[in-house]
Amino acid sequence: MADINSLEETTLQIRRDILRMVHKVNSGHPGGSLGCAEFFVALYFEIMEHNTAFDMDGKNEDLFFLSNGHISPVFYSTLARRGYFPVEELNSFRLIDSRLQGHPTTHEGLPGIRISSGSLGQGLSVAIGAALSKKLNKDPKTVYALMGDGELQEGQNWEALMYAAGNGVDNLIATVDLNGKQIDGTTEEVLSLGDVRKKFEAFGWDVLELAEGNSLEHIIASLKEAKSRLGKQKPVAILMQTEMGNGVSFMMHTHAWHGKAPNDEQLATALSENKETIGDY
Amino acid sequence: MTAYINQGSNDTRSGFGDGLTELGRTRPDVVALCADLIGSLKMQTFIDENTDRFFQVGIAEANMMGIAAGLTIGGKIPFTGTFANFSTGRVYDQIRQSIAYSGKNVKICASHAGITLGEDGATHQILEDIGLMKMLPGMTVINPCDYNQTKAATIAIADFEGPVYLRFGRPKVPNFTTPELGFEIGKGILLQEGSDVTIVATGHLVWEALEAAKELAAEGVKAEVINIHTIKPLDTEIILNSVQKTGCIVTAEEHNYLGGMGESIAGMLSRNHPTPIEFVATQDCFGESGTPAQLMQKYGLNKSSIIQKSKEVIKRK
Repeated sequence: MADINSLEETTLQIRRDILRMVHKVNSGHPGGSLGCAEFFVALYFEIMEHNTAFDMDGKNEDLFFLSNGHISPVFYSTLARRGYFPVEELNSFRLIDSRLQGHPTTHEGLPGIRISSGSLGQGLSVAIGAALSKKLNKDPKTVYALMGDGELQEGQNWEALMYAAGNGVDNLIATVDLNGKQIDGTTEEVLSLGDVRKKFEAFGWDVLELAEGNSLEHIIASLKEAKSRLGKQKPVAILMQTEMGNGVSFMMHTHAWHGKAPNDEQLATALSENKETIGDY
Repeated sequence: MTAYINQGSNDTRSGFGDGLTELGRTRPDVVALCADLIGSLKMQTFIDENTDRFFQVGIAEANMMGIAAGLTIGGKIPFTGTFANFSTGRVYDQIRQSIAYSGKNVKICASHAGITLGEDGATHQILEDIGLMKMLPGMTVINPCDYNQTKAATIAIADFEGPVYLRFGRPKVPNFTTPELGFEIGKGILLQEGSDVTIVATGHLVWEALEAAKELAAEGVKAEVINIHTIKPLDTEIILNSVQKTGCIVTAEEHNYLGGMGESIAGMLSRNHPTPIEFVATQDCFGESGTPAQLMQKYGLNKSSIIQKSKEVIKRK
């Protein structure tokens, strides 16, 4: 395993990237991005076996699909910091003529992106398709997906959950970011998800709960545990509890920062809480 | 005048099924998905011969489109099969984001298109699908006219890189195209030469156009008949060459006039060579239950409508 301190430093830098990206264009989604920073670092810097040279087909490497595309800042920062494209390009987030669109897309040819997402509820189906493709190709690598919790309100997820279990798609690990918040309020207020674990289990998934979804050690342990459960005729889910806006004191414990950028003063405060580590872009 | 002979009526969906069977035997990268309509889509032989390359997704078309998009990653060429209504309107956003905008090599194969679906009625008779699909950037839209052409189209789209909407139907209709006519995506087919009026038809209306041309000829009207199987990209050259000679045009399709092939042609002509045009199409309405023949008659989608519109448009020259 990589040095945990080094992973922590990467996480801090990614938080800074997220904040600076959304601040510059005064738009984007910092809350969910910050909440998933540790997950992305764990996945891309520790767990996934992937090639740095990007190839759409991704044969014989692990693949990741982001379904809740609005957390593009954390995805872009992670991909850049992992070497998929120059970190300086983070400067172009949401600008005209950029490969870093508001929501991730393959359309502009950004390395590391394999599907467009943003219109919610579609990513798990795509991840299942990619997992089936791997099985046909006798490719032993794993497919990872991340969905938001509010996103589970989209019906297509439940079609996908039913399919993956019914067909033993057991080379797939789907993580749900349970931050309990969405645009209009808490998931409980907007449309209760009920008991997500029981629902996934009733659909036939092997479910792991991760209470410490902002702890690198816990995420890594959980992803490793999930991986050990693959190949047993069941898809594996991780229900990962995170704190939206994690790492920025005034962005936590509220849904206010789901899709709102900090102003100059707020950015300064937020950055002071997240010191530069491996260098700003 | 070329005589086109009905070699024996057959359904265009069987052309799809047989084309898919052939692909199963020749193309190991082709995979198929179906949303609980294997029999209707004539996919059984492909499934029997390629069990591991077939995915039954159940009555869950949105998931089917997403899985198809994912299957392309790793090099597969997915063919999805369900009714046209469930292949388009029901899953528009899935196709838009996960397939079209993502540039995925998915072949959306849609049976029971249009009013000839018949007795099931308007809930299943989509007359808006060509419009929905042609509006998507990067989507190729094909509506073959008979069994032979549907089979040829099915095989051809496997060699074509990019998302395709392939639209075909339920009823047995005359099978009249010959191998000599060929099938090239984006290339119209001049079926019959004439100098008085151009009739451009797609899908089930092509045979009706040929029948109409026969009757018009008996009345001394020389109709040129063009088969446009690929609605997008549109073969503008074959149409422009024809109207420069005839000076007027009738379009015929089993689809709403809003959003259909006729609308594409009218737009193209208005930009390049304004020409009097009449449309044989449904008139912004839903269908209803009935036999295919009754419905084509009631909604003006047959030989007699094409003859009538031809006479009208000639007067407008």
